[in-house]
Amino acid sequence: MDKKIKESIEQEINSNDVHLFMKGTPLFPQCGFSSTVVQILTYLEVPFTTTNVLDDEGIREGIKEFSNWPTIPQLYVKGELMGGCDIIKEMFENGELKEIFENENLLS
Amino acid sequence: MGMTKDELFEVLNNGLSESVIEIQDLAGDNDHYAVKIVSNKFRGLSKINQHKLVYDVLGKKMGYTLHALSIKTEVPKE
Repeated sequence: MDKKIKESIEQEINSNDVHLFMKGTPLFPQCGFSSTVVQILTYLEVPFTTTNVLDDEGIREGIKEFSNWPTIPQLYVKGELMGGCDIIKEMFENGELKEIFENENLLS
Repeated sequence: MGMTKDELFEVLNNGLSESVIEIQDLAGDNDHYAVKIVSNKFRGLSKINQHKLVYDVLGKKMGYTLHALSIKTEVPKE
């Protein structure tokens, strides 16, 4: 992977506690899976930042390689990949996600 | 592009032997599926790594041949 792309991904996930790589933006998600994760984060009222992978082909491909995870969206919490849509949905439904945000003091 | 439900089953079943695999065709377009896999191979793995195992089995197909795959993984109850 291009070194600059890797650095830019690291920069994003290390400087933002909750960061989502998604297709589109929180206001205009361009994919149902990305939209679901945005809705969950919004519901939990956790502040988060996003990268629209559709704006940058290098990031779009790079992020798959970065975490060895072939799909988007990808949610990072404190620099760690938490999951894609299915895992986040499951963790939301069983309360685990909220618990993690609470334990990390990420809820506003 | 895409793959049939049978092809998808074949790939998953070959890669994750002795697992219970259920596939739901979500859109009838050979590109949107939901799979539920119950396997002992997931035991002791985090959710992330359980899903990674499924992605490993699909290899390059995921994201290229197949775009929308919803995955649910479970460990069999004792």
